[in-house]
Amino acid sequence: MNADGRLHGIRVAITGGTSGLGLALVGECLRRGARVAFVARTRARVEEVAQAHPGSFGIVGDISRKEDIHPIALEITADLGGVDVLVNGASSLGPVPLALLADTDCEDFETALDTNVLGPFRLTKALLGALAASAREGRGSVVLNVSSDAAVNAYPQWGAYSASKAALHHLSRIWNEELSADGVRVLSIDPGDMDTPMHAVAVPDADPTTLKRPETAARELADAIAAALPIRIEADRSVEQLA
Amino acid sequence: MIPAHLPVQRPRDAKLLVVDAYGRISNAPRARFVDFLQRGDLVIANDAATIPASLHGTHAPTGATIEVRLASRPSLAGSDVRRFLAIVFGSGDFRTRTEDRPPPPALAGGDRLTLGPLTTTVQAVLGHPRLVTLGFDGTPQEVWAGIARHGRPIQYAHVPSPLALWDVWTPIAGPPVAFEPPSAGFALDWRSIHAMRDRGIAFATITLAASISSTGDAALDRRLPFDEAYRIPESTASAIRRTVKQSGRIVAVGTTVVRALEHAASVTGTVPSGDGLADERIGPESGLQIVDVILSGTHEPDSSHYQLLRAFADDVTLDAASDALRSRGYRTHEFGDSVLIEKMKYTENPGNTDKLDIIQPRDEKSTDRSVAMGGARRDQCRDVRQLLRL
Repeated sequence: MNADGRLHGIRVAITGGTSGLGLALVGECLRRGARVAFVARTRARVEEVAQAHPGSFGIVGDISRKEDIHPIALEITADLGGVDVLVNGASSLGPVPLALLADTDCEDFETALDTNVLGPFRLTKALLGALAASAREGRGSVVLNVSSDAAVNAYPQWGAYSASKAALHHLSRIWNEELSADGVRVLSIDPGDMDTPMHAVAVPDADPTTLKRPETAARELADAIAAALPIRIEADRSVEQLA
Repeated sequence: MIPAHLPVQRPRDAKLLVVDAYGRISNAPRARFVDFLQRGDLVIANDAATIPASLHGTHAPTGATIEVRLASRPSLAGSDVRRFLAIVFGSGDFRTRTEDRPPPPALAGGDRLTLGPLTTTVQAVLGHPRLVTLGFDGTPQEVWAGIARHGRPIQYAHVPSPLALWDVWTPIAGPPVAFEPPSAGFALDWRSIHAMRDRGIAFATITLAASISSTGDAALDRRLPFDEAYRIPESTASAIRRTVKQSGRIVAVGTTVVRALEHAASVTGTVPSGDGLADERIGPESGLQIVDVILSGTHEPDSSHYQLLRAFADDVTLDAASDALRSRGYRTHEFGDSVLIEKMKYTENPGNTDKLDIIQPRDEKSTDRSVAMGGARRDQCRDVRQLLRL
């Protein structure tokens, strides 16, 4: 089976699924035959994207809010009948427009940490039982945390975002070490600078033609997820039973 | 015993009462429970996540305030939310003991209930003014979203602070199908699962939709446990086959795991993978075919959970265990302490000891796996099952 087909029947949850890379990933995973649930904050936008992507499950929730995490996890596993892949794609820039650290309000820094570090940590933890069960059942299990070159490079004015993405990157590496024996792979991937609404907010003057299309990045990430999953002989009947 | 009133899953001072196959009793810190397992054992836990099954709302015909506690459904399928078995209370909440809660207004088939964003219809009243089947409006996705956002975990008056879902999800929680937490699994953390692996002890899961544990009504409580849908993954079924073949022990984390495995084995004596509906009670007459050891919460003798423990040990041993739980200040209920009970061997009884290393390796598997499960009482469970399938 080629890597493209390895997502067939795989249950994928994507946060930040109504914009930019997350939205492109919803389309890419569906195209490859995955069952997809996506999460975003705005009900109208969630419904719009769900309607445009038949077969997908749209979930309204804010991953930066602790109280939303378990309801989101419940809806993901109920809608999909479990979960094999979690993509933590939702991100916050922190202060908008971007600001020097010395000019960054604590509250904006907290928003970046809540969205980019604690949200992925909490949602992964809430779904870990389901993810590890998928691994035990031979389906494989992947958590993909969307990173950034700002996680390793020191760009002025990107302080809140960079520090939070650096924390997420390191959290991914440690979790990958801790969970590898449980069969859960935790990836941290920098998709590159993309032509997305978030990038337009961060760098209003950027020339979109110099930026990667989110659809291209989505294909690359889907390839990375597929490569981290085991090759399966047949579609798992239990998914159909539980869904 | 003392009710555990703080919603802490793994308090540092949690205790473990160990009862070995010869009825010998000892005490240990619960964090050390892996020390009582053996290389070659297979530990099986229930990975059900708990849904917020308490839904407050209104009985449309009268405008009365009610609380609905979802209690059972016919299968684990996410799309199968057309029909729930439920208990209905009048006004009030968990702060009032269930025994003291007012009844709901008189319910009749066709009554509409509004539960936050959810709407549902009473389909049948099942021979008791609190016990009904409900049919929810909307797509399965809408029903799940409504439950997820509006529901609260079912809880009882002994825990005074409102529970959040993170209080009742075990560290291994996956499919959201339980109505109350499979709380024996609170003892597990990922460190203990890794410790098992390091010692050659296998770990697997089943999923059983643990039902409601108490209704506050003696007549209804006699019908407990309600039917519970379960699923046994092929990876778990094959791990059981492997363990049995190699004379390892099957260690169940919680009564729900015993119920699922013994129900699944009741036809052929072996555990097939797949879905089932556990509709039997396990008690002193039930010959256990699969499970050798249970890690469980502490249970009062009048509970159905305690009856299940009687399948593992005789009454003299369980009486001695209950005495030890009381005299040593063990805590009970879902956030309480634990017991580890090995199925009794009746070949010898060397008496009690306080030594910790009392569970000896067994050189052969007990030979009673082929004995059909006897004495399981199906009577009252069956009527609920049939009504649920109306």
